[in-house]
Order: sequence, then C-alpha cells, then structure tokens
Amino acid sequence: MTTNLVGLTREVYKGLPTTLCAGCGHNSITNHLIKALYEYGVEPHKLAKMSGIGCSSKTPAYFVEQAHGFNGLHGRMPSAATGAKLANRELLVLGISGDGDTASIGLGQYCHMIRRNLDCTYIVENNGCYGLTKGQFSATADVGSTQKGGKVNEYATIDICGLAIELGATFVARSFSGDGKQLVPLLQAAFSHRGTAILDVISPCVTFNDHAGSTKSYAYVKDHDVVLHTADYIAGGREITVEYEPGTVRDVELEDGSHVLLRKLTADYDPTDGIGALRTIHESRARGEFVTGLLFVDTKERDLCERERLTRTPLAQLDEEALRIGRDDWERLMSSP
Amino acid sequence: MPARFVNDFTVRVATVNGSGSQSSNLVLTNAIARLGIPVAPKNVFPSNIEGLPTWFDVRISALGYQCRARDFDVLVALNAATWAQDVTGVKPGGAVVHEESFPCKGDTLREDLVYYAVPFAALAKEHFADKGDLRKYLMNMIYVGALAQLLEIPMSTIEESLRAQFRSKAAAVELNMAAIRVGLEYAQEHFEKHDPWRVVPMSGKTDGLIFMEGNRAAALGCVMGGCTVAAWYPITPSSSLCEYFIQYCERYRVNRESGERNVAIVQAEDELAAAGIVFGAGWGGARAMTSTSGPGISLMAEYAGYGYFAEVPGVIFDVQRAGPSTGLPTRTMQGDVAFAYTLSHGDTKHIVLLPATVREAYEFAMEAFNLADRFQTPVFVLSDLDLGMNSWQTPALPYPDKPFDRGKVLAADDLASMKSWGRYRDVDKDGIPYRTLPGTKHPGAGFFTRGTGHDEEARYSEMPEVWQRNLDRLTRKHDTARTAVPAPVVEERKGPKIAILAYGTTHHAVVEARDFLKDAGIELNYMRVRALPLSPEVATFVQRHDRVYVVEQNRDGQLYGILRTELPTHLIGRLESIRHYNGVPIDAHAIIDPLLEEERAPAVVAE
Repeated sequence: MTTNLVGLTREVYKGLPTTLCAGCGHNSITNHLIKALYEYGVEPHKLAKMSGIGCSSKTPAYFVEQAHGFNGLHGRMPSAATGAKLANRELLVLGISGDGDTASIGLGQYCHMIRRNLDCTYIVENNGCYGLTKGQFSATADVGSTQKGGKVNEYATIDICGLAIELGATFVARSFSGDGKQLVPLLQAAFSHRGTAILDVISPCVTFNDHAGSTKSYAYVKDHDVVLHTADYIAGGREITVEYEPGTVRDVELEDGSHVLLRKLTADYDPTDGIGALRTIHESRARGEFVTGLLFVDTKERDLCERERLTRTPLAQLDEEALRIGRDDWERLMSSP
Repeated sequence: MPARFVNDFTVRVATVNGSGSQSSNLVLTNAIARLGIPVAPKNVFPSNIEGLPTWFDVRISALGYQCRARDFDVLVALNAATWAQDVTGVKPGGAVVHEESFPCKGDTLREDLVYYAVPFAALAKEHFADKGDLRKYLMNMIYVGALAQLLEIPMSTIEESLRAQFRSKAAAVELNMAAIRVGLEYAQEHFEKHDPWRVVPMSGKTDGLIFMEGNRAAALGCVMGGCTVAAWYPITPSSSLCEYFIQYCERYRVNRESGERNVAIVQAEDELAAAGIVFGAGWGGARAMTSTSGPGISLMAEYAGYGYFAEVPGVIFDVQRAGPSTGLPTRTMQGDVAFAYTLSHGDTKHIVLLPATVREAYEFAMEAFNLADRFQTPVFVLSDLDLGMNSWQTPALPYPDKPFDRGKVLAADDLASMKSWGRYRDVDKDGIPYRTLPGTKHPGAGFFTRGTGHDEEARYSEMPEVWQRNLDRLTRKHDTARTAVPAPVVEERKGPKIAILAYGTTHHAVVEARDFLKDAGIELNYMRVRALPLSPEVATFVQRHDRVYVVEQNRDGQLYGILRTELPTHLIGRLESIRHYNGVPIDAHAIIDPLLEEERAPAVVAE
C-alpha cells in the first residue's frame, strides 16, 4: 500500500462524509487539503484543525479524522488558534474560515491574528454569501453582484488579501476551489511558512450564489480568474528536478528550507513586493477579475512564538518545577513583595 | 472614654488626582503600621488621570477592623474643590489640617472641629522653588510631617517608612524627608494640640503582616498555579493583576541564559479575543487565564458558554467594579455574581470562587487552575476593586503545599491500554469525562471539540435524548463541584437563632458588625460562602436558624436571589436581604442599621 513520508496511507487523511451541498466548492477544497496534507506528510497528532462557524467551518470534520479539531465560535477562531499555538508550539495550526466568519463578524480577530503573525495556515473558503442562513450577502460580495432573488449589493467589498497585505501579513495567496493544481502546492507552502499564511480561496456556493449576476459563481470565476503563476512545492532537502526555461521561474525559499517555484504565465510577478501586490489586486478588481497565485510572501518576519521568545518545550508540558518560584526566592519575595 | 481617641480613628486625606499624593499616603500608612497598629487604607479615586478629586482613608484600628469606616475623624484637606464637602463630613470632635488659604467661614467653620492651618503651597514654594514639577509631590509630603507631629508619630518611624518605600533611592529619601521636616517644624512652631487623636505603639497585633493588594496576590497565585498563557485587555480595576503577573514572569519565568520564556502573555484586541485565547490554550493543554472586570465579562459571555459546553478549562478573574454599563470604573461592587454564575445563553452554570482576603486571592487563584482542569470548565474568580486595588495587611503568603491537579487527561500510554474511550462518556459517574490533548501521539487520541450538540463520542448530534443526556451530565458535574470548591467558613455557636451569610469583601464589615451587635445584645452566627455552586452546608446552616441575613454589595441581592432559587422551598422564607451599593466599600453600619431596625421592629409593634 502506498504511504507518505511518515508512513501513513492517504486513507488516514480522510474524514467523515461531508454534509455540505453536492457541488459545493468547499468540498473540493477539502479534497485538495487531503492531498496536500498527505503529500506533505503531516502527522495527524500534530495537526490542530481550527474553525469558526458557518459552512466552511464544518469542513474540519471532513479530513484527517484522527486529528484534534476545534469548531469554535463565529468569527472567533483566530483567538482560539492563538491560544492553541501558544499552548503547544509544535502543533501545525490549520484554520478554516469563511467570508462571513472572517470579513464580517470576525474581522477584528482576523486583523489581529495577522498583526501578531501567528504561525498558522488560515484558509478563507470565500463564496460571498451566508449559506447556512440562506444566502444573505457577506462583506466580500462585490459591488453590483446580486443575490439569487435579484437584490443588488451596494456596499464596498472587503478584499481579504488586500487587507492582509496592508496589515503586514507574511504570506498571502488567492486561489480557486476548482484549481487543485495551483492550490495544493500553495497549501503546502503555507504549511512550511512560519507565520500567518492567508489563503483566500474562491469557493462557489452552488445553492445560493451560483447564478448570473453573482461574481462568485463557477461560470464567473472560470471566466475571470487571472492565474499569475503555477506553483510547485519542493520539500526541504529535496532536489529541485523540475526543469524550467531560464527566466521563467521565481524560486521562493521558505523558512524550513523548502521551496515554492512560481512559473510565470504572463508578466513577471514579484511576490516580495507588497506595494506591487496591492496594485495588482486593486487593478484586477477594477477590471472585474481576480488574480490567483502567491500574491505576497515575507520570510524574514518573526512569528508570535519567536517574538514572545517562548521556550521550545510546549507550555502545556511544563511542570511545577519549571513554573513555580523557588522556595528561597519566595521567602525573599514575601519579606519584600 | 479616652481610649476611643487612641489607635482607633480614621484619617481622610483629600487631594487632587495626579498630584502624587499616593506616595505620601503610603508613607503615613506604613509608618503607623510600623508602630504595631493595625491599619486599613482605602483609596477612593476618580476615573481620571489628573485633576479630579481623590480621597485616601487610613483607618487606624487597634481591634484590627479592616473594613471602611463610614466616618472619619481627622481630615487633611489639600483640595480646594472639595474643601466645603470634606469639612462637612468630619465627625463631631474631629480635627482638620488644611491649606491655610482655604476659607473658614459659614459651613466650613464648624464649632465642633479643631482647625490647623498650614500654608502648604507657600511652604513648598519657599523650600522647593528649584524643584520644578516635583514641588507638588513635595507639598503632599509636607502634610505627613505636620500630621506626624499632631498624631505623635515618631519621626524615626516616618523615616523608616520612607526608606522602605524608596528602597535604595537615597536622593529621593533625602528630598522627601526634607519636605516632611518642613511640615513637622511648621506644626511644632504653630500648633497647639487641641484634639484628642493620637497613635501609641502597640504589640502583638501585626507581627509578620505585610501589605499587599489582592491583585498582586492573585498574580502570584497565577504564577504558583502554573499559568502559562495569559490574555487580557486593560480595564480598571483589573489591569494591575495582569501587570503584576507580567512583572513576576519577567523575574521568574525567563531563562537567564537563553532569554526563553515559560509563559506567553498577549494583550488582546478585546475581551472576546482574550477569552478565545484562554480557551484555545486550555484546549491545547496550557493553564490559561484572563483578568477583566464587568464590561469584559459581558464580552466574554460567548466563550464562557463554549467553555462550559465543550468542556474546556480556563480561568477568568473578574475584579468587579460598579455597574451596570461603564458604571463607575474606579468604584467597587459585588455586582457580577449572578451574571458570572450563569454567564452565556442557554442553561449554563459556572464555578465561581469568591475570595474575601488577600490570602484567598492568592489561594483561590491557584485553586482556580486546579478546578478548571479537574472539571474541564471555565472557573471565575470574583474579586472586587476593594480587595484587588487596596493594600491590606496580610500574613505572608504560604508556599504551595500540593502539586498541580491536571485532572482527567489521557496520555498516549493510557490510550494504548484502553479498548476504547469517548470524550464525553461519564465513566466515573461524577459527570466529569476524560480528555486528551492535541499532540498526543496515538491514532485514537483526536476528537472534535464543538459548541454544537454532541454525543458521548464527541460526534455531532441533534437527537433529543442525546442532547438531554449531555445536559444532565453537565448538571451532575456541577453537583460534583459543590464539595470540591472552597467550603463555606462558619462561625457558629449553639444558641443564636439568627445569622449572617455573606461573601467576598463584605466579610470585613460583617466582622465589625457582629462585634457591635453582640455588644448591643444581638448575637449572630455567621456563614461566609466562598464559592458557587453552593455547598450542601448552606442549606443545613439556614435550617438551623430562624432568620439569615444575606449581606452583599449590590442593589438586587444577587446571592440572595441564587439562594432563593437553589435552597429547598421551606427555607426560603428565612432569608432576609441586606444590600449596600453606593460604590464605596461596605462599612459595618450598612449592616448594623438595617439589621437592628429589622430585629427591633416586632418589639416596637408589641408596645
């Protein structure tokens, strides 16, 4: 039987059957995640699956059943993920959120997670609407896009990627649930990145937002997806065997020695230029398009655990000896607190 | 009764916020304590950085009463804005040390008071003209010298107190001492003592006592209780709890060689996030806490409910202030008891600890982490501004005598020897299930934690019987906690058929009120409740009495309400409610007066 780097079969990376609608983009993302986690060789006991509330937030039940999952509160997953990572910095923290969970009720926590550069992979399964409550607009709906019943959105869209870059995010990518070829290596690069890795994945809602007038329908996304580059993920220590024509590839080395190779399709794109990334995002939105690929990456910034100078031992494992003030110090303290 | 005037009175110092009066107030307080006389300082301060009035009461009590005294006998008036109001409040026969330029006429010229005018501003200008901004601080030190002369506090004791306060800063000691001498000399030259108030050294009452605020003690409890993750949003009056925790962690949780820390402290964006970090960390296996006040727990309601239902440990300190809403941020109240107990929607019931003393602030903080782990649930520690921010004389805090209780956690080895396990199975029939931590290397370790309906195996379920069975198990768990939380403290003699029931800082007023009432011929038994859920002892205590006065510092009688809900119906009629809620700490007369009225009413009717 075929196994991965840690000796596990692909079966281990599967979860319970999905309870989402047939054809939901989120299910595709789940499948891409299973592939990415399997190929990456994540040990299930080291994976912490975190989510908030909404359709997207149900998906952690549908992959790596052996792993611990935390289906928290609406918009409040980033704080719980922060606590989990601080408690045990050895965990690979994988957060799954949606556009309502992130850009509406959870916008504050989203911003502050980025600001702290919490080491986690944070996926927004973005469909521009609220599915569980039957199709209301979310804050990522584009101006002028319509609900199924014809209601037009007149309010400015919140661009999850643009906002993240503005806030100093250290890894920002956008992709499409239907493009596993691009998404899987981006996910693996995100696992390797030390810091907050934002993946805004456009993921059509087949039930409430897949009609003409929607800018997050399958048809619209396929027509307006401008793929900046394809990506290949090369694990640390592996030889780069893929051959490219010189000058067609950008090689981004990540903190753990792995590489993500970005093969340009049209114009060259520099993912280390934040201002350029913001310009690209704004310009594509003005054209009614959305760009996909690794929009921005910064591998120099320290993550939360490093800034806090946390000990290597997970805090959860420290005992009385490590944590209590010694008896002599205590006596001194009590004589002069 | 000349003894009444010695070592048994209250000094009120009225100053302007931000004028540095705190240093002088502490020098005075510590000096009196150094004479072996019990003192209880209470800082009544505004929600303001600079300019509004602030008062500092030093209660000098040979009997050791630590509650606020309702009235004061000696006034030090340094605030022109409150001068008229301050003079009105002095008890007849009192003494007033005041800035000379304050007008003494009409209402401010009372025949029943002794006045001592001191040109504080002029003296400060004369002696410290070159000290710039320091001058206003030094002006406050001048009052200490004048008061020392009046109250007969030896200058050597004042100097010891000053040295202890400024530690090794020799220049600061010298400068402040100079200011104190200015006050002393002025008083020696100009005052002839006409009032009876003075202090006389004592022994045997304060040996081994130190001064400490409840927030500092709670912070030490967090260190010794093994807290490794703290998340907070600054809010009065709880900020100093986390700040002390930070301070002690800087000292004791940092590896001197590597600089690595055994703690993570996050100043969160709001209390929603602070609570999220706590319960995320609790789920991850760390001992985690947040400290806040009423407005903060309003925001934390959502994760408190999650923690209760998904069964995740976490400790929340609520240093209560006066509410509702923003209320009075710098005033005290026992206003969150009912809210914290059932915080969050649906059927939710939490463990709530109710410390009354500095020592309990420390011990309950430590114990909160044990209870949170043992019961896998949020634990609230309800302190208040009076306990948290005032300095109290307390015995030194004892070194912990037991290891952490991490509760029912299954490690990989445990799982290897088990056929199966279920996250929410009630194996031990105490309502407390077993849990595993993320990172446990066993294929069966993982489970899905959720705030939605779930069965014993942590699977999503909407089945009516599964839902109800889970809620019933949570009730069982809550009932198990009744005898695991700190038990009530009972002072009871056979005979008295009436009693007082109180909790938290109300205790200190009860102590004085019981003595007073005993002298007045009414002897009362006393139960101090120290936690929710209620111990079974509460019902038996009420059963043994005809009337039980429930005393607390809130308008609605919050514990009284909980008792009426939870006690057997036939006992409810025995409960009476006494409430104090003006924002300042409760004093003995807030208990004595209504209780006397109630107890003596039938006699009046009989006549």
